[in-house]
Amino acid sequence: MDLHEHQGKELFAQAGIPVAEGRVAFTADEARAAAEDLGGRVVVKAQVLTGGRGKAGGVKVVDGPGPAQQAADTILGLDIKGHITRRLLVERAVAIADEYYFSITFDRAAKMPLLMLTTMGGMDVEAVAEEHPDRLARLHVDPALGYRGFHGQRLMSMANVPVGERKALAPLLAALYGVFADRDAMLVEVNPLVRLEDDTFLAADAKVTIDDNALYRQPDVEAMRDLAAADPQEQAAREADLAYVKLDGDVGILGNGAGLVMSTVDVIAQVGGRPANFCDVGGGASAEKIATALGIVLSDDKVQSVLFNIFGGITRGDEVAKGLLGALEQTDVRAPIVVRLDGTNAAEGRALLAEAARPEITVEETMLAAAETAVRLAGEVA
Amino acid sequence: MAVIATADTRLVVQGITGREGAFHALRNRAYGTQVVAGVTPGKAGEDVEGIPVFDAVADAVDRAGANTSLVVVPPRFAAEAILEAADAGVEQIVCITEGIPAHDMLEVYHYVRPRGIRLLGPNCPGALSPGIANIGIVPAEVFSPGPVGLVSRSGTLTYQIGGELAAAGLGNSTIIGIGGDPVVGTSFIDVLDLFEADPETEFIVMVGEIGGTDEEKAAEVIAERITKPVVAYIAGFEAPPGKTMGHAGAIISGSSGTAAGKQAALEAKGVPVGTNPTEAARLVVERLGR
Repeated sequence: MDLHEHQGKELFAQAGIPVAEGRVAFTADEARAAAEDLGGRVVVKAQVLTGGRGKAGGVKVVDGPGPAQQAADTILGLDIKGHITRRLLVERAVAIADEYYFSITFDRAAKMPLLMLTTMGGMDVEAVAEEHPDRLARLHVDPALGYRGFHGQRLMSMANVPVGERKALAPLLAALYGVFADRDAMLVEVNPLVRLEDDTFLAADAKVTIDDNALYRQPDVEAMRDLAAADPQEQAAREADLAYVKLDGDVGILGNGAGLVMSTVDVIAQVGGRPANFCDVGGGASAEKIATALGIVLSDDKVQSVLFNIFGGITRGDEVAKGLLGALEQTDVRAPIVVRLDGTNAAEGRALLAEAARPEITVEETMLAAAETAVRLAGEVA
Repeated sequence: MAVIATADTRLVVQGITGREGAFHALRNRAYGTQVVAGVTPGKAGEDVEGIPVFDAVADAVDRAGANTSLVVVPPRFAAEAILEAADAGVEQIVCITEGIPAHDMLEVYHYVRPRGIRLLGPNCPGALSPGIANIGIVPAEVFSPGPVGLVSRSGTLTYQIGGELAAAGLGNSTIIGIGGDPVVGTSFIDVLDLFEADPETEFIVMVGEIGGTDEEKAAEVIAERITKPVVAYIAGFEAPPGKTMGHAGAIISGSSGTAAGKQAALEAKGVPVGTNPTEAARLVVERLGR
């Protein structure tokens, strides 16, 4: 789960990491009130779950409540890489002397947290890695040891942080690692991590991603979920415990198992179609869950045909068939459905479908044939 | 011979009194696997259709001679269940559980690995050696004995490719699902080495997907030390960056982890890559010439 900047900073502040004083605003009036409250120069920042806000005009430094209101008016509703700006963070402007970059990522390859620090902050870290690899310090933390003071010392030395600044920076690095470890984060990134003119440090941005599998023990983070930012189908899928990712084509896809569904999405594209979504009903899905999943896939207006691709292991073919037939009974299914059933109880499932003889359903033997039929049917409707 | 799931496997099922645990323990036993014990704290002395239940894995090791554990417990308790099995001295642990927090798995990985204990998974379908033994949830009826070692990050995609191979008359030595989580105990490279050493395996099929760099690293190792022919398949060519595709590990971040990148890395080392399961199976058939 990705957090907004202001939410990440809330976690930072709880861990004693300095952040600029700020207020969240959902309207221009609220932004004005926030600027009044904070006094002086403020920064108005779009809160969207994507990068590149600055370039898109989503960050403005202004003087006083009136200009803050005007800035908020411009930024609210702004489309930043497909994300509509619905909330703002209004912060007290700070006197920046230097911009650094610090992150903790979950390095899958090494199976250890990876610390990265560079004094070339503010810019894209991938560009630093490419153009100035010697300036990007990288250090793994052995999970058996956890973060120790020496990690920070070594990292700051590798990054050539001026010696006089290290005493002030070290506790921030340690505290940010604390957020990573205690909050089940997959990513904690601060860019820029700024040195102020008084030689103290402050986290001027916060990019935090929390492990979805750990949200049960991070209830305050779960409560931060921005429902408005989620696609309605993705939201409904999450509530039904389905893995759903919206794509932009017209062939709806439903299957069991992430790998098989990913593969199905590929095959639809390979036979000339456009996948509308990725939808994994998971292992052992019940008839009811199958019906719910179909409803979600069809609630996307663009969908013109649906491909059901099931290779049963835990999932049973007869259950899938019952779910599908049940869904057809309950709701008016507006698009043709192509079914491919294989694996556990597939013969029973196919027999149930043949018996019902629903005109909406076409049964195919193989994944490839099913994909071709689904694409052809979508084309006929469109 | 086969690997991981063998005639010498003596399985203890952690979580055996649960619905899934009982179902798969009995299915594995019916296939011919020696299922010697189950563990559910507080249920010692009971049995599941003749399989004795103990309170602790160490008891299953001492009294029933278990050497391999199958973990089928809910995600909140699974990391501890793996640690318990490792501490009790089993040689292999297969963890089916999906949804274990990644930070818990970091701790588990760095405990298990230096001790030389094989951990397969989590979030994996297990290992099946057709005709010999089945540990986990792979639907055995799809597969028959044969020369192809199959390793995959995905469960159902393994079934799909196994099914395509079976349709072409090809069987398997062992089918291994390594799991789709960010931290898994056994990598492609580990399994490639197992297959290389296994006399029953003549040919290797590797099924990868987007995210991480395991496939790229496997390509290096194949060029370096795997003498048996390898064919690969990668899922997720059409996946958008930044979105998790069901598996917690299946995410394209930045420019790394794309299917096209993995395909290029493998092909550069002479490993043919199918772009869909049917094509991958055809590549195997062509190369085996049977």
